[in-house]
Amino acid sequence: MNNSRRRFLQIAGVSALGLGAKPVLDAFAAGGGEGPGFHVARGEDALDAKQWAMVIDTRQLQSSADLEPIVEACHKVHNVPTTIVNKNHEIKWIWEAHYHNAFTDKTNPFLNESVEHRPFLLLCNHCENPPCVRACPTKATFKRERDGIVLMDFHRCIGCRFCMAACPFGARSFNFRDPRPFIQETNKQFPTRAKGVVEKCNFCAERLAVGKMPACVEASNGAIAFGDLYDEHSEVRELLKENYTIRRKQTLGTEPAVYYIV
Amino acid sequence: MKDKKKILVGLAVFIAAITFPFWYNMGKAAPAPEVELTAKAKAAKVCVMPTAYMQANHMQLLDVWRHKVTRNGERMFVNADGKMFNMSLSNTCLDCHSNYEQFCARCHNYASVSPYCWDCHIDNPKGE
Repeated sequence: MNNSRRRFLQIAGVSALGLGAKPVLDAFAAGGGEGPGFHVARGEDALDAKQWAMVIDTRQLQSSADLEPIVEACHKVHNVPTTIVNKNHEIKWIWEAHYHNAFTDKTNPFLNESVEHRPFLLLCNHCENPPCVRACPTKATFKRERDGIVLMDFHRCIGCRFCMAACPFGARSFNFRDPRPFIQETNKQFPTRAKGVVEKCNFCAERLAVGKMPACVEASNGAIAFGDLYDEHSEVRELLKENYTIRRKQTLGTEPAVYYIV
Repeated sequence: MKDKKKILVGLAVFIAAITFPFWYNMGKAAPAPEVELTAKAKAAKVCVMPTAYMQANHMQLLDVWRHKVTRNGERMFVNADGKMFNMSLSNTCLDCHSNYEQFCARCHNYASVSPYCWDCHIDNPKGE
């Protein structure tokens, strides 16, 4: 009698456990996966490359006036705040710099004067070996396998600024304040950023995805070429074959993908 | 067992006190909010996924979208009916649902959640 009562209680207990666990197991079974019946695909017009690269012909960009429309085109499409007065809070995607600041490792005491006094366009180099990506603790910034763009997922950025310390090119800026009041003309098709995230040039990933060239390339009247670095017949490779080019801080081994014809 | 009475009274008071919020608020639950659709959303009739799925899972879907777009560069969404959409919160979702106050905010306030989508994504991209 005693024995069978114990047995009954054991069975009852296990059954209760089973019944209680079922909704939990169902919930787990339902979670994950892609969801019912949809799939995602790449756009038909999307441009592809193994590693996007840029060649800037600085011979065609002799003065600040030549650079201005290029910089403006970028700032306009990406909602870059341009009216921040405090230099420490400045947001930079593409900007003008002096030769000595751009090519710190190539400053002989006596330089070709025309090159030395030319303004240079600087932007994120989308390095093949990007130190910012290694520094990021949340993988908010990453190198895209499919096209070599060093991109940011702003949702994930926790604003630690390790990437800014890691980047040897000063290509990253931190939003110390809400950028919205400082955007001159808002492009409503593109998001702004929020206070507390880092931002930088994205090689116009959103334009490449719909078959358009980057905004700066379009605004440059042919002074900037853009293409696949690993396609022998691409425009950038043709230019690299025919012209002597330099890159910024090449000795650091990050392999920048932005080349300058001087 | 001579304190049986006291114990029972104490128990009754305790249970009454602890269940007070439940019976006090009985029947007074705030009604679930009615969301308003824009003319554009009404005309479209269906969202990218069935309404019930969207109500329950739009945040998970947006998470999938973000991941695919940023990490894989895949921007086209094909639903079960084979219809294609651009995976963009700014340009697809908020284009139809351009009435933040009457659509997004009503439910979010009711559920007491405050997602920060609109810190970056601009509401009503076409400005209608």
